[in-house]
Amino acid sequence: MSFFARFAQNRGALIGLIILIAIIAMAILAPFLFPESPWRMVQRPFLAPFEVDGFALGTDTMGRNVAAGLMHGAWVSLLIGLVSTSVALIIGVPLGAIAGYYGGLVDDALMRFTEFFQTIPNFALAIVLVAIMQPSVTSIVLAIAIVSWPPVARLVRAEFMSLRNREYVEAARLVGQGNATIILKQILPNTLSPIIVLASLMVATAILLESALSFLGLGDPNVMSWGYMIGAARTVIRQAWWLSFFPGMAILLTVLALNLVGEGLDDALNPKLARERQ
Amino acid sequence: MTDTVLSIRNLTLALPKGADRSYAAESVTYDVAKGEIMCVVGESGSGKSMAANAVMGLLPKGVRPTDGEILFHGEDLLKLDEKRHRELRGLRIGMIFQEPMTALNPLMRAGDQIAEVFEAHGLYNAKERQQRALALLEEVGIPQPEKAIRAYPFELSGGQRQRVMIAMALALEPELLIADEPTTALDVTTQAQILELIRDLQKRRNMAVMFITHDFGVVAEIATRVCVMRLGKVVELGLAHNVLDNPQHEYTRSLINAIPSNAVPPTRDAREPAPLLEVRQLNKVFRSRGGLFKPSREVVALNDVSFTLDRGETVGIVGESGSGKSTLGRCVVRLERPDDGELLLDGVNLGALKGDALRRERKRVQMVFQDPYASLNPRTRVGLAIAQGPIANGVPRKEALQQAGDLLDLVGLGAASAERFPHEFSGGQRQRIGIARALALKPELIVADEAVSALDVSIQAQILELLEDLKQKLSLSLLFITHDLRVAAQVCDRIIVMQHGRIVEQGTAQEVFLSPQEAYTRELLDAIPGRAHVAAAV
Repeated sequence: MSFFARFAQNRGALIGLIILIAIIAMAILAPFLFPESPWRMVQRPFLAPFEVDGFALGTDTMGRNVAAGLMHGAWVSLLIGLVSTSVALIIGVPLGAIAGYYGGLVDDALMRFTEFFQTIPNFALAIVLVAIMQPSVTSIVLAIAIVSWPPVARLVRAEFMSLRNREYVEAARLVGQGNATIILKQILPNTLSPIIVLASLMVATAILLESALSFLGLGDPNVMSWGYMIGAARTVIRQAWWLSFFPGMAILLTVLALNLVGEGLDDALNPKLARERQ
Repeated sequence: MTDTVLSIRNLTLALPKGADRSYAAESVTYDVAKGEIMCVVGESGSGKSMAANAVMGLLPKGVRPTDGEILFHGEDLLKLDEKRHRELRGLRIGMIFQEPMTALNPLMRAGDQIAEVFEAHGLYNAKERQQRALALLEEVGIPQPEKAIRAYPFELSGGQRQRVMIAMALALEPELLIADEPTTALDVTTQAQILELIRDLQKRRNMAVMFITHDFGVVAEIATRVCVMRLGKVVELGLAHNVLDNPQHEYTRSLINAIPSNAVPPTRDAREPAPLLEVRQLNKVFRSRGGLFKPSREVVALNDVSFTLDRGETVGIVGESGSGKSTLGRCVVRLERPDDGELLLDGVNLGALKGDALRRERKRVQMVFQDPYASLNPRTRVGLAIAQGPIANGVPRKEALQQAGDLLDLVGLGAASAERFPHEFSGGQRQRIGIARALALKPELIVADEAVSALDVSIQAQILELLEDLKQKLSLSLLFITHDLRVAAQVCDRIIVMQHGRIVEQGTAQEVFLSPQEAYTRELLDAIPGRAHVAAAV
């Protein structure tokens, strides 16, 4: 059975994939459907959804089109969520793997280094980093990645510590496999499940972190994001619910979709589950 | 019978759809009477525990009774509501579990755990409960019961924990005691003591005991009557001595024959001694890293161990848990580094090698692991798992995979199984895969660490036969580590008995079995369950 067929057997994963594709399509189609800048004021402010034709989701506090903001924001939010998570994984997984596999002094050194990042409050560190590097999409992605890799390292380390003394790992050592092979081929595949779950949640956190930064005025001034929209609408939530509701739903759906896809991937990669469903 | 306590009639338990068979138990019928020990025997998956679970109302999810009844003093347990069932549990039916390590709450003192049983049924006040707990601990023969009552489970040994479990089960003076493999996790000498205790308590209290086990040796020790089960059906039921001496059903016969016999193998041809492995004064101490406020702890695992293993010879290392036998095996394959001493394989000191030099020499000594479920990577196809060794040693991938297929043929699984994942195999099959993996590097010496302990007797016999067969074909030498003297007797040329990290006695299998020199060896031999029975039969 092909990989996709196995993946598709998980109904939830398929739905998640469809939602994700829809959101990506939104991001791609935004410039064609709403060629004007989402920052432009186009109507009077505080228009409720469906009040005026052509503004199905209403307008915000400054009279900007919410639908346009939502579609243009999809690109930035997805980009920030996915790229910063990937960067965090690239830093966290090897660090955790090496610390967990070798143990002893290596472990001590790497974990003290990790704790150095963990002792500074995430958000404060992110603010400082963005402020130093000047707000832009790149600096925001980097800042989010730098504050979110320590939990990955911790998780991977714990998994490696519990797996490194399994009999099959010892057997691999006995037949003369080198440390790198053992880490990559024997242990890492067996730590995938928790990593996938954590990663899909990290995407959500990254999107929210970006929104918090935007709220403080540290977002990229040139791009509209869901986080910025929610941040800006927080103060008027009682008068204009739709301003935070729609971007909020968008974030929720994205996160849900990623979680479902993550779970589906995990199932499809797990030989045991895959065969059982057959 | 008038004094029947428990009567199982036509019990049929359905398994959920998609299981490997449709019924966990099919038309099972047997009685347990007052004052007898009924042994339910079978291999794993025979459904032997299912009836007991049904009695206790502890059936696993998805398993449900479809027919029959379980009468406890005339009352059908299958029709009881949860509340009434709970009253019966503990009060009139007690149960002992297999795993004394996990069946006790690690954060509760032994006395409190026993007192909890009274509390659950609202009996006595706090002081009386403690007194009764103490009396029970005395009854089950725990050394220093006044101390034991204040002890946490981790402060007690496996055998002592099992005694606490028994005390809990007996607390409310049940008429029926169900014991589900209560001695399987224990050392032989401890097992002998616990069996003695159960037999003794059963006589004193005139209880009915339902004893579930896979071990015919234990049956011979303890049973009044025997019920042999296979694939959910009762294949033979009768008085213990009838079943043991004169089994009617073919399956029972094969089970009894599969018990590694106590009869010592004939002396094998004397060979020119050509030492392959020489172990000289090996020492290993485990130190736990001390913290700021805790001192470091030392455990001596190997203390001045020396022996030799000749080419083509099988040497058995026998000992109870904590004797250092596994550490010795792990040092020989160099998963552990000995502190000092020499490990000479054909003159090369394996003990001193490091890094790349060690990696190159590793392939000459391979290991078959104990747990067939943990020793294979769940995400690696079996063929690749076997080929990984040769690949790591420079054999081209394609050739290595082909050899893996041949090896699978050799261990009797067929080359086609190379494409499958480990979870698709049974325990015995996985152990064959483990053996194939060990053979892939064409080693000179194979260390088998409890390689058959996790398997059913009939499978055990097959694996032992396979090892013997491969040994002849490939002129291998074997270092066979086991806690089971019966197994050692069957396969070993020479036997080394270990205790507390030291070699207590070594000699040919015959010498060790027929004229043991040391008291400890005699103690071990006497503790083998069913020994008296087999000796009488021979």
